[in-house]
Amino acid sequence: MSGREAILGRIRASLAAGNDEARRKAVADRLGEAPQGVIPARGQISGSARTDLFCALAEKVQASVARVAGEADVPAAIADYLRSQNRAGEFRVGGDRRLAALPWDAAPSLTPKEGVSDGNDEVAIAYAAAGVAETGTLVLESGPDNPTSNNFLPDTHIVVIDARDIEGDYENVWARMRAKFGKGALPRTVNFVTGPSRSADIQQTLLLGAHGPRSLHIVVVES
Amino acid sequence: MQEIRTPQFKSNARAAIANPALQVELDRARTGFVAKRAAAAAGLPEFDALRDNARDIKNHVLGHLDLYLEAYEKKVTEAGGHVHWAESAEDARRIILDICRKAGAKTVTKGKSMVTEEIGLNDYLDENGVTPVETDLGEYIIQLRGETPSHIIAPAIHVNKDQVEADFRRVHTHLDESRDLSEPESLLNEARSVLRARFLAADVGITGANFLIAETGTSVIVTNEGNGDLTQILPRVHVAVATLEKIVPTLEDVSQLLRVLARSATGQELSVYTTFSTGPRRPEDPDGPEEYHVVLLDNGRSSMIGSQFQDMLRCIRCGACMNHCPVYQAVGGHAYGWVYPGPMGAVLTPSLVGVEKGGQLPNASTFCGRCEEVCPMRIPLPKMMRHWREREFERHLNPKTARWGLGLWTFFALRPRLYQFASRIGMGLMGRMGRRKGRFKSLPLAGGWTGTRDLPAPQGPTFQQLYAKGRKR
Repeated sequence: MSGREAILGRIRASLAAGNDEARRKAVADRLGEAPQGVIPARGQISGSARTDLFCALAEKVQASVARVAGEADVPAAIADYLRSQNRAGEFRVGGDRRLAALPWDAAPSLTPKEGVSDGNDEVAIAYAAAGVAETGTLVLESGPDNPTSNNFLPDTHIVVIDARDIEGDYENVWARMRAKFGKGALPRTVNFVTGPSRSADIQQTLLLGAHGPRSLHIVVVES
Repeated sequence: MQEIRTPQFKSNARAAIANPALQVELDRARTGFVAKRAAAAAGLPEFDALRDNARDIKNHVLGHLDLYLEAYEKKVTEAGGHVHWAESAEDARRIILDICRKAGAKTVTKGKSMVTEEIGLNDYLDENGVTPVETDLGEYIIQLRGETPSHIIAPAIHVNKDQVEADFRRVHTHLDESRDLSEPESLLNEARSVLRARFLAADVGITGANFLIAETGTSVIVTNEGNGDLTQILPRVHVAVATLEKIVPTLEDVSQLLRVLARSATGQELSVYTTFSTGPRRPEDPDGPEEYHVVLLDNGRSSMIGSQFQDMLRCIRCGACMNHCPVYQAVGGHAYGWVYPGPMGAVLTPSLVGVEKGGQLPNASTFCGRCEEVCPMRIPLPKMMRHWREREFERHLNPKTARWGLGLWTFFALRPRLYQFASRIGMGLMGRMGRRKGRFKSLPLAGGWTGTRDLPAPQGPTFQQLYAKGRKR
């Protein structure tokens, strides 16, 4: 603990500040109230306009998007996509009940493999906890439903999202998480994903598929 | 700590300017980053308001840093993680090695982290029987080359693809010699497959942290490759190394900073992967690390608080200042001689290694002000470089000729009439001498200038004369 006390002591000395009530209150208030700052106007739209913005920005960063009218259409949309990419129908998936409940029989070419990827899967499918229209970002939560490894190891990452889960901004995503997990708590990992993996480290040439998925396909369910 | 070669800045810079291969890569960077940042800033009407707010958030944090650190530590511990406090680079190295040894680690994968460069972690682990593997493509390339990063977000920006090919052929000897590596794409694919095996085999994963959130006890990393994520979810132990000032209060506050970070760095709206990690895996989690450690490094930061250099602690390491700096653009990052190059390095380096060793860097500026103009955190970089120059002068660290010149200038500047008289005579004389060619190829006492370029001959009246005339009008 000596390092800790020495560091905190030096900071207090540098600030010429004591443990006074006013400073403690300022910190407690900020942590408790979590005031919002500047929120870009672009995401402050609703309904299909918000979905449109989300899709447009995701496509701008090289994700592909399919919009379907209902959950029943998801398996066929995924089968179509995998066929267009010359991919086999085998995919890795967690225990998410929303995914399990989909009518997979409608797409017999697809064969799910439940669990955590070991690095040998070509395709994984996840269900997004939320989306953010202002940057075309997907939000994924760790856990048995959608294991985090599946978001990074496979070559192709397919993410299903309910259009009603697309928020305009990050702040509304945090509000959802506080409602779900409690104030001050988060799942072990929250991933914001904005497009497929990329690198420009070799001569500033932008290339997709550095270490994470080479392609990201988003299926938006508009019910 | 990484070897400090900042006192040789001048000779480093000369060598960099004379290196044609480096100049090609610097040209490429100059056009890329600047245009992308400008487009991203123009594309978000709230960008400047976000910068103001980002500055205010960090100022608030720095004024209450002790309390936020305590709040953060409490939340990390509640989530089942461990916080380690490191006063110095040496403390941090020892803490990290200790974690690796307890985990029985043979290899560790690493996400990109400038702090681990600052503490010289890789060499230390290597010397102690733990093999560090850099996984960011740029970091991997320079690790193979035995180099250090030349840019804080694009570490291998000084390397061209032919050099990368040669390095891969030299190191990846298990692969077919006749393979085609002529395109960046084939190089990327090779690194991907070589490093994939490393990710799966590593015992410990070490990342930096772009932010630490006090509200939730969370460390945040932003990457485009996904290497940071594979580094922190696959091994049994995750170690995040971060300096004290990375703290932000809440999820709302980090959202403000994220909105300016990627736009300022690469011109992206948001980096591909922004990852929020809180503690080790939960009982119900099927993956993720079983242990989660945070190493909080001071290494001189706590003394910057309350000083003329406190504002530097707002820095979020986007790299915009170096991307826009005419000096960085001309000489690249290695010339700066230590971990942090460009304007942010010119301010931070003397703070961390002392003005005796780092004093050359604040002099490597024309004070054009572009760095401050683009800094998302509105850090007054030129002003702080000036503070360092003052300290250097006060401590008699600059060369005799510079002190003599400044002394001479002070003598005249304090005597305005004499100054006006002397400058009128001097400029008039030089104007007549240079009338024919309009420029000088060499001048006594001005070899530093005329050695590399002509000096234009003065024309017409002096500035003071013009100014006086304008006022009468």
